Amino acid sequence: MTTTSRWRALTHHHLFWPLAVLVVLLLVNVPFTPDFFSIKMTNGHLYGSLVSIVLFGSPLILVAVGMTLVIATGGIDLSVGAVVAITGALACSYISDQADQSALSGVLLAMGLGLLAAVVCGLWNGFLVARMGIQPIIATLIIMVAGRGVAQLITDGQIITINSSPYKLIGGGYWLTLPFSIFVVALVVAVTVGLTRRTALGLLVESVGGNAEASRLVGIRSRRIKIMVYVFCALCAGIAGLMISSNTSAADGNNAGLWIELDAILAVVIGGTSLLGGRFSIGGTVVGALVIQTLTTTIYTIGVPTQTNLVFKAVVVIVVCLLQSPKFRAKVLGGRFGTKPGANGGTGRPAAAPAKTAPATEAAPKMEVS
Amino acid sequence: MLNRRNFLTAAVGVAAATGLAACAKEDDSSSTSSSGGGGKKITLGFSQVGSESGWRTANTDSVKSAAKEAGYSLKFSDAQQKQENQISAIRSFIAQKVDVIAFSPVVVTGWDAVLKEAKAKKIPVVLTDRSVETSDDSLFVTLVGSDFTDEGRRAAKILEKVLEKAGHKGNVKIAQLEGTTGAAPAIERAKGFKEVMDADHKDDWKIVVSQTGDFTRAGGKQVMAAFLQSNPDINVLFAHNDDMAIGAIQSIEAAGKKPGKDILIVSIDGVKDGFVAMSEGKINAIVECNPLLGPQLMEVVQKVKDGETVERWIKTKESDFMQDQAKDALPTRKY
Repeated sequence: MTTTSRWRALTHHHLFWPLAVLVVLLLVNVPFTPDFFSIKMTNGHLYGSLVSIVLFGSPLILVAVGMTLVIATGGIDLSVGAVVAITGALACSYISDQADQSALSGVLLAMGLGLLAAVVCGLWNGFLVARMGIQPIIATLIIMVAGRGVAQLITDGQIITINSSPYKLIGGGYWLTLPFSIFVVALVVAVTVGLTRRTALGLLVESVGGNAEASRLVGIRSRRIKIMVYVFCALCAGIAGLMISSNTSAADGNNAGLWIELDAILAVVIGGTSLLGGRFSIGGTVVGALVIQTLTTTIYTIGVPTQTNLVFKAVVVIVVCLLQSPKFRAKVLGGRFGTKPGANGGTGRPAAAPAKTAPATEAAPKMEVS
Repeated sequence: MLNRRNFLTAAVGVAAATGLAACAKEDDSSSTSSSGGGGKKITLGFSQVGSESGWRTANTDSVKSAAKEAGYSLKFSDAQQKQENQISAIRSFIAQKVDVIAFSPVVVTGWDAVLKEAKAKKIPVVLTDRSVETSDDSLFVTLVGSDFTDEGRRAAKILEKVLEKAGHKGNVKIAQLEGTTGAAPAIERAKGFKEVMDADHKDDWKIVVSQTGDFTRAGGKQVMAAFLQSNPDINVLFAHNDDMAIGAIQSIEAAGKKPGKDILIVSIDGVKDGFVAMSEGKINAIVECNPLLGPQLMEVVQKVKDGETVERWIKTKESDFMQDQAKDALPTRKY
């Protein structure tokens, strides 16, 4: 293999551009925070910028992983932010009613209750989308709007502060010197990748997203698959909700998970999954979520004035999306990085890729990456 | 759990019932105001920012209970921190012909059009808690609320005391956690603080980092974590509200530093959790911003309705608290 062809193979890998952006963003921090990459032990746990990024980014990674599967079926789930709020509110208000807030049984029951509520929300979304045939964006909008109200009803409009060390662990605690949330995220990602890439489930999800009717005709129960992904997405959002409330030891019905659905969709897109449905990349999504969290941290550390925060964020996102577009790369960067528009051979083909043309032959090489 | 469920069902029931009642009342009020309304119950339309914090909830409760006590019919609307919701709420108040409109603006600018509509219908507008910037001063009658600029100044003044008490020598490197970008309290608290700083401490005080934490705990925590990485030598934190300070305290502790000792903390508001943190020695001083302005608002509404002239700005009563006062003040905090 010549150097050029190796370079081509590298730049054509679907994770190349998201990873390149992540590395650039991390490097941008170095002049402003000289010991940005240093990690030291403090109070018996690791401490450093990279640890913070993973810790604060964990909820977003979870929500985005769930969102990836929903988007792969050609849907979208706007309700995740509200589900985050409901789960946190339920769990915290249950714990705050306990005589002993640190009792493990009470905490586990509280988390179970929260996740149960999340699953109910997911079933509702799936029912509306798959059984009633309502457009996903409308069906999930219902809980997006109403769910935050429910969360505020549960908390009485107050911020519920709790003092429970076991509950603190899931989103703010440390285990084996690492943030505990890293292990939760790793587990969820591993299970998702295992289920979708080691079994036929991933292929079924992609085929439903490619063409739901054709999938049904070849014998795939596309409705059941759809309900399943919405429930999974809500469950991920529920775990994220537990993390967010645990991180500050407080349930804030009004602000917890606010706009996280948009960040999650963005993470999925940055990761190279097409919004049209079909092929998806869990690995890409994880990188996408890390890009967004790193961007947020970067804004805080390099001293972007508050008034221009969002403009700065927008510019970076636009650049990332343009870099992801093969057409843009072919036009601006020339043939070195991009392929000719329309030429499909083995490239990542993210955002603009027509998912319907992803038959088994193309899905096969994708199986190994995640 | 059963209690919670019962509560939910009851709450939904109550919500539905009040919804129906409100519909019935709307017909009522429109007929009263069209017939002149002399001696009839005053209808007040109130649009709240949202319920983003304990402070806000206390503010809402104060307005609701004061309206009930005064015997006014209150139409309450929650804007959920969105200006467009608030504008449509005000439009609906105008359509319902309420006697007086009161609202806490979400942001400072962009109110001219809707306030002109109110003026055209001769409905007086009273602002609560936060002010607006308008092209025409006659668009609102008065503001009942705190002087945020002064709160910023008071925060700087109390920081002097805190530094003296801690025996701090040398340069003061301040991290500032700002409120929601564009909101009046965020802009004015920063302004007031800077005013005192520029006047009295030009050489020894410096704001090394400043960023918005959106008035939330999660925001305060995340921003402070980043600050501590990029500027490990910060020794003072000025937070625009208690919730952000509480979030920041967690980040400071995670970095292995002692809040209230290694990093001195001054915040504004005075919510209960803030006082709890102060009694634990984690916050050094709190500048109060009193949300219980309901009774003052009702007085003003009555005066405005009676055609009396009122001052342009009616300020709420507030005080400052140092750490040694925290334990005594804690039981009296209602919110």
